[in-house]
Amino acid sequence: MSLFRSRFVQAVLIVALAFVVLRFGIRPPAPWSVIKIYMTVVFLAVLIYVSADADSWRSFVGPIRSTLVDPSRRLVRAALAIVLPILLGYYAYTQAAATPEAPAELRAVHPAPPGSIQFRGKEINISGVENPLRRDQASFKKHAAAGGETYIKNCVYCHGDNLDGHGQFAPALSPPPADFQDPGTIAMLQEAYLFWRIAKGGPGLPRESTPWNSAMPAWEDRLTEEQIWQVIMYLYDATGQQPRRWETAH
Amino acid sequence: MRPLRALRWVAWTAFAAGILVAVVAVLTALPAYAQDAAQEPAYRAFPVIGSRLAVWAVAQLHLNFAAFILGVPIFAVIIEIIGWRTRDARYDWLSHELVKLTFAAFSTTALLGALLLFLFVGYYPKFWTYMTSIFFPTYWIYALLFFAETFTVYLWYYGWDWLSGSKKWIHVGLGVLSNLLGTSILVVANSWVTFMMSPAGITESGALKGSVWGAINNFTWMPINIHRLIANIVFGGTIAAAYAAFRFLNATTDEERARYDWMGYVGNFVALSAFIVLPFAGYWLGREIYAFNQTMGITMMGGFMSWLWIIQAILIGILFLGSNYYLWLGMERIPGSERYRKYVPYMLTILAIGFMVWATPHSLIVTLDEARAMGGTHHPFLGFFGVMSAKNTAVNLMILTTFLSYVLYRRANRLSIKPWVLTGMAIQWGAFFVAAAIVVFYGVYGYFVESIVRIGFSVYQVGAVLGAIALVMTIDVPMFRGARSTGAIRWGRIPARSQYVLILLAVTFTWLMGLMGFARSGIRQYWHVYGVMRDTSVDAVTPALGYAANVITIVTAVFFALVMFIFWLGGLSERGKAGAHGLPAPAISGGSEDDR
Ligand code: HEC
Repeated sequence: MSLFRSRFVQAVLIVALAFVVLRFGIRPPAPWSVIKIYMTVVFLAVLIYVSADADSWRSFVGPIRSTLVDPSRRLVRAALAIVLPILLGYYAYTQAAATPEAPAELRAVHPAPPGSIQFRGKEINISGVENPLRRDQASFKKHAAAGGETYIKNCVYCHGDNLDGHGQFAPALSPPPADFQDPGTIAMLQEAYLFWRIAKGGPGLPRESTPWNSAMPAWEDRLTEEQIWQVIMYLYDATGQQPRRWETAH
Repeated sequence: MRPLRALRWVAWTAFAAGILVAVVAVLTALPAYAQDAAQEPAYRAFPVIGSRLAVWAVAQLHLNFAAFILGVPIFAVIIEIIGWRTRDARYDWLSHELVKLTFAAFSTTALLGALLLFLFVGYYPKFWTYMTSIFFPTYWIYALLFFAETFTVYLWYYGWDWLSGSKKWIHVGLGVLSNLLGTSILVVANSWVTFMMSPAGITESGALKGSVWGAINNFTWMPINIHRLIANIVFGGTIAAAYAAFRFLNATTDEERARYDWMGYVGNFVALSAFIVLPFAGYWLGREIYAFNQTMGITMMGGFMSWLWIIQAILIGILFLGSNYYLWLGMERIPGSERYRKYVPYMLTILAIGFMVWATPHSLIVTLDEARAMGGTHHPFLGFFGVMSAKNTAVNLMILTTFLSYVLYRRANRLSIKPWVLTGMAIQWGAFFVAAAIVVFYGVYGYFVESIVRIGFSVYQVGAVLGAIALVMTIDVPMFRGARSTGAIRWGRIPARSQYVLILLAVTFTWLMGLMGFARSGIRQYWHVYGVMRDTSVDAVTPALGYAANVITIVTAVFFALVMFIFWLGGLSERGKAGAHGLPAPAISGGSEDDR
């Protein structure tokens, strides 16, 4: 009981527990880069917790100090003197050793779109443009259905029949195809943004999206302007997401 | 000559030289404008480090100093008024102390400003000529304001003893006036910067359309005015607190420790109060940027700068944790505060979780295996934390928690004697919970509506938090009026680590300002004036975040080195004659009482 009273023990337990929860409690596993951020926060918070008042600080520092100076703790000290360097060495090894895996990379998933694009020799505005097919509410069903057909013929291999990015080709691609069900993709983009991405694909990504290893094809030579607007309608209709509207300048 | 007098002379001369240089530089720029532009190169190269880096470093330093000398007087005058109305000498002392700091930094600010102007005129002549063609009338206003400001602050500082007693109101008036002037200077300078980001009032070819007002009153001008004004107060507060911490750690007597402990507390209090509203001002600025140009907005939030916001989140998280930690540590010096210790772990948990949510990136750094396991670049669970709804919720809860810390601190040594105290407290807790519930509700609901509606939700969240703060305070103030005390605050009895926290907060905030400045400038990308005047220099690339972070770090270090030096100079005058010059330092409870 008194063991758990010790701030030192508490601190170690909290850090360990937080690590276990973050590492194994999140499914699918969270990327290391995120876990590192989280653990740093936990570590800071624990430091604050143990030092937020004098009693607690004393209780935290007590065991550390006695381990360092008490004659009775000589064995523990010796053990630590061996174990800590080994752990550090192991950490250094994991950092330095070459692995066959490509290093983690950061690419801007949603770079800023251009103000306008050239589509088959015609200039199409991206900024501030709404889907022209939406004006005609009556044929919404027709357009969405046509979009569905375009999707099945062209996109399903990668983006999957549930529009969740799990198409047949998906496991081979990095970055993986976009998951349209995710609130972080089309739900926060304007339709014109999608138009640009579908027309220009991976090759049309701007500088900030380096490395340009996206497998998303440029569809401008294969689909017409109307077909692209239709497939966009389908994406939103089938996932139940709403496109982001352009904000009006006041 | 006494060393102090000599120093003052140096400062004066340097200052006058700075002004002179500035005026001359402006005037030399004018003929260049009149001449055929072809005779002047568009750019000159600054030796070794390049022009962009030179301008960047000097601009950031200048801004740091300017923010300090504009921010501190704002609360210095408020503190002076408090001292004047309550007749509590320690406030007057503190206010004087703060103005002394401002004063010490004054000439450095002017010199850096002149240097910056030099760099523009010399290394970016074409750009400067263009800016002059738009903003020339404002240069005169700026110079005049600067003169007026300088002399008012001089009067304010040197007239402290002269304008005391029955003439105190004149003195306070001077303080207010110098703040008005200072803020006007800020507002004029902001019109230039914001014009570069979101130009307005000009024709297709970039010439001024109507009056210069059209260019001044551009999309981001007002939001930046407000944002910078508030941020300057935070900044001034943290630097003043860091100064106090420095003096505390160096103190040799209990009185001194008590005094600077108190000063550090007030500085941090000022910083914290302004800091709480800063996210809202920043939010407004972001909205205006979107409204001005969507592409710019997306570049800022989702494009190559998206990681910058993660760093920002981490820095702000540290600020939140640090200021709460300081408050909790501060309870050590308050007898009776032990009963509130039990809340600390809960508040800490909320802060930590909020911090984690806020720092969750939208664009994750993932290895291929991790991406496969996640089935995409978006994590199905963490993805929820990567978007605005989650982050707004986290921030608002963190603000509420910080406010709760403060409320507990406030009542740490007081027991209300009002008969309605139970009802009052129940309403207060109720307000906290209702606000938290509203924040969480809209946070979650935000996932179910389209984004344009979602953006509006943040207004309700903010409203709930501010409403709760207002309600709690309206109850708190009368509730603890005439309260029974469990013991006086023992100023000076605070662990030394609290003082390092104050210094950490100042450094973090300065760094954060540098980072945000980079963001504000960086979103122009390869434009000097967005969409109007292209940057065709060799430096026309937006530097990577890592590079920017290094520059910001170096400039921040230089800033603190300069500040330390200046404060040290300021402290020289006190050497060996404690209390002999200026205002006698008042005793503060906690230090030994014998000089009362
Ligand atoms: C060869 C596989 C492949 C095919 C076929 C494919 N995509 Fe993609 N798509 C991707 C990949 C990979 C990404 C993610 C990388 C990126 O953003 O470029 C992506 C991204 C997108 C995005 C961007 C989503 C976002 O959140 O930014 C849209 C929209 C999109 N695809 C639509 C389509 C449509 C519509 C089709 C059919 C006409 C299609 N894709 C066909 C591979 C494919």
